[in-house]
Amino acid sequence: MTEETIAENKSFFNLFNICAGIVVVIGLYITYLRFTGGLAAVTNLSDNNPWGIWISFDLLCGVALAAGGYVTSAAVYLFGMKKYHSAVRPAVLTGFLGYSLVVLALQYDVGRPWRLPYPLVVQQGTTSVLFEVGLCVAIYLTVLFVEFSPAALEWLGLKKARNLAVKLTILLTIFGVVLSTMHQSSLGSLFLIAPSKLHPLWYSPYIPIYFFVTSIIAGLSMVIFESTLSHRFFAYKMDETHLKEANGITLGFGKAAAYVLAGYFAIKVMGISAGNNWHYLKTGYGTWYLVELIGFVALPALLYAIGVREKNLILIKWTSVLAILGIILNRFNVCLVAFNWQLPSSERYFPHWMEIGISVFIVMIGLILYRFIATRMPILYAHPDYKDAH
Amino acid sequence: MSISRRKFLGWVGAAGLSATIGKSATASTHKHFTGYPGSFAVLHDTTLCVGCRSCETACNKVNDLPSPDKPFADLSVLEKKRRTTTKAFTVVNKYNDPERPKKPVFFKKQCNHCLEPACASVCFVRAFTKTKTGAVIYDSSVCVGCRYCMVACPFEIPTYEYDQVLTPRIRKCTMCYPRVSKGQLPGCVEVCPMEALTFGKRQDLINFAKQRIQKYPDRYVDHIYGEHEMGGTSWLYISGVPFKELGMREDLGVTPAPELTAGALSSVPMIVGLWPVLLTGLYAVSKRKEKIAQTEQENAVALALDKADASPQSIISEATESQTGEES
Amino acid sequence: MDKVFYTLQNFMTHTESVTYLLVAATLVGMTLFWLFLGSGKNED
Ligand code: SF4
Ligand code: SF4
Ligand code: SF4
Repeated sequence: MTEETIAENKSFFNLFNICAGIVVVIGLYITYLRFTGGLAAVTNLSDNNPWGIWISFDLLCGVALAAGGYVTSAAVYLFGMKKYHSAVRPAVLTGFLGYSLVVLALQYDVGRPWRLPYPLVVQQGTTSVLFEVGLCVAIYLTVLFVEFSPAALEWLGLKKARNLAVKLTILLTIFGVVLSTMHQSSLGSLFLIAPSKLHPLWYSPYIPIYFFVTSIIAGLSMVIFESTLSHRFFAYKMDETHLKEANGITLGFGKAAAYVLAGYFAIKVMGISAGNNWHYLKTGYGTWYLVELIGFVALPALLYAIGVREKNLILIKWTSVLAILGIILNRFNVCLVAFNWQLPSSERYFPHWMEIGISVFIVMIGLILYRFIATRMPILYAHPDYKDAH
Repeated sequence: MSISRRKFLGWVGAAGLSATIGKSATASTHKHFTGYPGSFAVLHDTTLCVGCRSCETACNKVNDLPSPDKPFADLSVLEKKRRTTTKAFTVVNKYNDPERPKKPVFFKKQCNHCLEPACASVCFVRAFTKTKTGAVIYDSSVCVGCRYCMVACPFEIPTYEYDQVLTPRIRKCTMCYPRVSKGQLPGCVEVCPMEALTFGKRQDLINFAKQRIQKYPDRYVDHIYGEHEMGGTSWLYISGVPFKELGMREDLGVTPAPELTAGALSSVPMIVGLWPVLLTGLYAVSKRKEKIAQTEQENAVALALDKADASPQSIISEATESQTGEES
Repeated sequence: MDKVFYTLQNFMTHTESVTYLLVAATLVGMTLFWLFLGSGKNED
């Protein structure tokens, strides 16, 4: 690394610290308002619009974008793609942080957060999809914690505990995939109960499958995106293996993402056909649907493919951003834009700035924690004591 | 208390409720559920309703709700479409009859007490219960405040105390469960001066409504709203204008709410049962491939070592390379 | 089970509750069974 980039990095981190400081102060202030004035004080939620961006972004997008953990560990440990090994730890860390932040965001959103364990311990509403989501998220968070723990234990020098956690890798990976399949898809199933409120183009019996497949796309794209960022800012932390494998990961994950996107495109089209919803495509909502389908599914699939064929890493990296935005757009469409489409526009929801403030605050906490951990624990490099163990 | 024949349809008093319910010989099969036998319902005949808002007043009193912004006597509030709120479990709205512009139609809105409530289906702490009286009641002592019930309700009924910090509750009509259990009529039914509301056994009310429609075919559209909507509700409506003119969805379908998510829920055990098998299989395959590659590599090394002149180092790296090449 | 269910909701609450218990048992059982499978006489 040259002197110049180090200086550049320094000034960037100074800027980052300032922004982070501002966001955290505002976030804490809104937190105070939320827990002293109730949801009414900081949100635009209403009786017609009970779910806002804390659900659509923090929960739905948060869980989807944290899918990198199970996607990567499945590829490496179960499918034997060892050459992607250096992607596992960063992905698991993002997954773990992502899920933790989802749980944090829920503390703001639900009315009585201290009762969040109630569905487990007091009274089980087993017919609810949300019950399943809650159960899976709780268990998967634990799984991610154990999957992540070797890095922390290596850092702390606790060899025995670390080796025990590593022994569980395969079991945890399988658990992770099983739990992720269930709750990623169930986040889509949440909306199956409301066929009269969600626009027919988005309401589909396939919605659980759509949500599951998009979580894979999100996971793959997030790994690419994140490794781009870490290379930009934490390259000095990376060991040789990590640097050497990085391009292969971008290419391999880009290839996988392109193909999954293509499959997703196909099942989306079949979904329109299954519901015989073609005529809706001519309406305003139809145009918006096509924007999502063409601009944020077909286009990234094509761009990924071109990038992979021409070994154009820059293109793949930018496409990962497009694909991630596509997932976010999809979750917003399902949860906000196409939801309650039957209501007159005066009764529709638009987030309060303080809701956005909390969402930004929570993302910022994630960035701060990631930086804290990645600069200290063996995430982007193998710990010298355990080099061969990988 | 004298209950007029029109307000309370049927021969069995509410006090006899427990005696009648549960005696039915027809046990439900696994495929078809018909609800609690003999449970109660309310029929709202919109052609009789004059929009006096007495029912709103009574509801407010019965449920100890805060006094409204404008007094109940002020009928100007009818000019604006309203929905249920935390302060009003029922609201009467005014609609124009396109055929008779002079004569407005009034429609009373409250929880419909579905036979298979969406709100109960989605609540992950089972805060809602469909009782044998027909009422769907809510227990705030377990509610987490996730508001999924509000998302799920097809009639946009449950409301939430967003301004409460520590004790926000879902609020909605209880079909006067406490009163009905004591043998009293629901507050709104009791007070309605026009007998536009009738309380009785659901089946009796459906028969009664059918008779009315048959007797006065010009007066009613041939549709009992709530008989089949979302699998049926315990509030039933008959009207002279199509229900979509009265702000009621006619496209809800007849599927009971729990069925909408039953398919998705049933995939859970399949995933748990089969995914581990599949994944472990894949793992075993990749593990085996790795082993074969390793043996080949070892053989190559052994072969190389036999040749005294070859440098083992270079051959190992060659072998490793060819292996990685295979993988990609 | 000869309990009478009058509503689909009650029926599903019952069946789903049992299902979840079985699911938990499956997760544990499959793990143990796999270990049992792999711990026989060694081939090599
Ligand atoms: S109308 Fe809505 S709140 Fe009332 S029982 Fe039906 S689903 Fe529940
Ligand atoms: S808000 Fe309360 S009653 Fe409604 S679904 Fe959530 S926990 Fe159940
Ligand atoms: S009290 Fe009866 S007549 Fe008056 S608004 Fe209510 S339902 Fe209509």
